[in-house]
Amino acid sequence: MSATSDERIEAALGQDATAREARDGMATYIVPRAAAHDALSRLKGAGFESVTLVTAIDRMPREPRFEVYWQLLSLQHKLRVRVVAEVPEDDAHVASVVDLWPGAGYGERECFDMFGIEFDGGSNQRLLMPDGYDHFPLRKDFPHQGIEPDRLYREWERERRSEAGKS
Amino acid sequence: MGSLTPVGSADSQAGFFATQADALINWGRKNSLWPMPLGLSCCGIELMAMIGPKFDIARFGAEAARFSPRQCDVLIVAGTLTWKMAEACRTIYDQMPDPKWVIAMGVCSSSGGMYDSYAVTQGVDMILPVDVYVPGCPPRPDAVIDALMKLQKKIERESPTGRLAQGVLEGGDEGTGAFSMPPNQAVTTHRIGTYVAPGDMTPGDGSEDQSS
Repeated sequence: MSATSDERIEAALGQDATAREARDGMATYIVPRAAAHDALSRLKGAGFESVTLVTAIDRMPREPRFEVYWQLLSLQHKLRVRVVAEVPEDDAHVASVVDLWPGAGYGERECFDMFGIEFDGGSNQRLLMPDGYDHFPLRKDFPHQGIEPDRLYREWERERRSEAGKS
Repeated sequence: MGSLTPVGSADSQAGFFATQADALINWGRKNSLWPMPLGLSCCGIELMAMIGPKFDIARFGAEAARFSPRQCDVLIVAGTLTWKMAEACRTIYDQMPDPKWVIAMGVCSSSGGMYDSYAVTQGVDMILPVDVYVPGCPPRPDAVIDALMKLQKKIERESPTGRLAQGVLEGGDEGTGAFSMPPNQAVTTHRIGTYVAPGDMTPGDGSEDQSS
């Protein structure tokens, strides 16, 4: 695997992308949030037939707060590429890529579940945390013991007891 | 049963018939403790070893692990109970017929263990009354067999006829909202839900971490 970039990637990304330091033998490009879907679509056309990871990083004190990552794999070119888009907290959404790679849905759901970043066109459902949970556990301002972690259980129990009382 | 006058639960106040009936009932109960195995993580593997031929809890009459709560006497919570699983665990407990007992197997189900986390109950005693706690991560099958024997000793001291005479149904807190046995007070449940405001944290300014 080449640690440096490839002209096929450069050509597909065009003017939108800025190169970042390559890590883990993977060329990294930062793209504007609005252009992310188009850039990824062009990369798919350039031979990146699968997306291996969709995730985010919370760089809390910094603005914009979130970085959403896509890692793509091209088996035919033996290449990987990492694409980054910065997402601010007060407007945390980015275009979904499930129309390009249906397998990206899991990563996007986990990303929504853990960081509260919405994916336009994605399902935006909870994946690991229960439905009705209010918080996003991987945000850096989330306390590790949680905020009322037993709330949903207590609500369920209260409802169950009131139903048992009726019958 | 005509001579059976209402008695207290203490054996010293009970009559000859009540104590002898208690002994017989308790003997039957303690030697046929059918477990409900709720294997939630690695403790489940040790639980399987315990039921298997090498450790063989058939020696204690507890080999009949039933996967229907309706046929079980002792719920063995083996492993990490998350809040998402807590509803299922409580439902299983409620579906078990009285009399019923609970063994919290391993540190996770005893106190949350190393998972001091938003997703994990800090001990199953937050949702269930527990009879025996077994430390260990996971505990050896011997330790759980010891817990089973301690539970048998506990059952020996119970007075089912006394409870019957008092008109008290066996067991639980079903529908009352109160535990028949108080939850473990050693668990510092008050920590749950304390919220640290973002301003109270002291994160770095992000300058040292510009990697990607």
